[in-house]
Amino acid sequence: MISDDDLTHIGLRPAGGARVLLIACGALAREIVDLQAQNGWQHFDLQCLPAILHNTPDAIVPAVQALVAQHRAGYETIFVVYADCGTGGLLQAACDRLGVQMIPGPHCYSFYDGNAAFAARGEMTCFYLTDFLVRQFDAFVWRPLGLDRHPQLRDTYFGNYTTLVYQAQTDDIALDVQARACAARLGLAYERRFTGYGDLATHLALRA
Amino acid sequence: MSDDEIILNDLDDDDLVAQMFDDLYDGMRPEIVEGVNILLARAWTPYDVLTKALVGGMTIVGNDFRDGILFVPEVLLAANAMKGGMAILKPLLAETGAPRVGKMVIGTVKGDIHDIGKNLVGMMMEGAGFEVIDLGINNSVEKYLNALESEGPDILGMSALLTTTMPYMKVVIDTLKEKGIREDYIVLVGGAPLNEEFGRAIGADAYCRDAAVAVETAKSYMARKHNQAAAAQ
Repeated sequence: MISDDDLTHIGLRPAGGARVLLIACGALAREIVDLQAQNGWQHFDLQCLPAILHNTPDAIVPAVQALVAQHRAGYETIFVVYADCGTGGLLQAACDRLGVQMIPGPHCYSFYDGNAAFAARGEMTCFYLTDFLVRQFDAFVWRPLGLDRHPQLRDTYFGNYTTLVYQAQTDDIALDVQARACAARLGLAYERRFTGYGDLATHLALRA
Repeated sequence: MSDDEIILNDLDDDDLVAQMFDDLYDGMRPEIVEGVNILLARAWTPYDVLTKALVGGMTIVGNDFRDGILFVPEVLLAANAMKGGMAILKPLLAETGAPRVGKMVIGTVKGDIHDIGKNLVGMMMEGAGFEVIDLGINNSVEKYLNALESEGPDILGMSALLTTTMPYMKVVIDTLKEKGIREDYIVLVGGAPLNEEFGRAIGADAYCRDAAVAVETAKSYMARKHNQAAAAQ
């Protein structure tokens, strides 16, 4: 299995030979592979963009557009396994122009929970981590925010938050412990919430 | 004390301002506070200290942020240093009747608690001579309207970091239209997921990519407003 570091910074190339291409965020790679294995979905080929694009949403749209253009001729269907992810509606507009579908919703925290359930919670002061983001907390949160070099900035970033919610895709005690430690580092209360794969599973099943 | 430590008080004015640019760039708040006090003791006006030393330094920080040389953590440290200087200058500026470019009410929209960008804009606007009324985070349309009525600003600034909260800006602007007061204010919007197209679509006057652009945009709209007022006379 590809490493989390590679999924963060490099992404994943498709193996080829399937009829449906999934263009996904690297942060979803393990979960998609797991769903493929669970459901015997042999017709999906998985291409992941570097997950770290999460921190620079401006870069997501051109990267997805380029991959769709590159692979369109080689697959019957392309499905974009991103939600809006901070693109302010530009990813949806690009997908509409390209004639490909994507996952509805604002971000993966929402579709893991289920978009309707997430919206209903209205949790303004919660900061979310998924399995992947717990494992990659330093690469996605601590270092990019400069907290390794300037810990005094912590409350500037997180002073308005109250709780770190760990949305668990799997039951993993080690990740629970790690997520709790992340909450402590950010000075936030901690809550673990099991979501499983939520709407990710539903939307992939629709393309199966 | 090391031999190469710089004694700020030993520097002449030009060298001190240059050193303050460096200290601001490096986020050194105590040194900025010291530099501000030295310049004031040398009979600089608070307005000159603000514009020539602090804003001059923050302009370099803003340019390097725009050009990808500096990143958010460094900008926040520089802003924190500038805040130290501003805390000394603000009461003095009020006392000495420094020129005021305009007045702005600013706040993060309902459902959104993110205020880093908004705070940077507020600080840079103050540095540029605007009076800034900061409504904080999670502002309802009622709260914006109350502030517009009580403060009578020239500019309304709204900020959002989330795709889910940015549409609330349109709710505020539509309410201003319904009440027939939309044209009484310059409406500027900003935040990471926004773009120019969104700003136009919701009926804002301008989308501002960062704090430096917000200041320039605000100044340009204020100049236009003054020109229009003069032409109408």
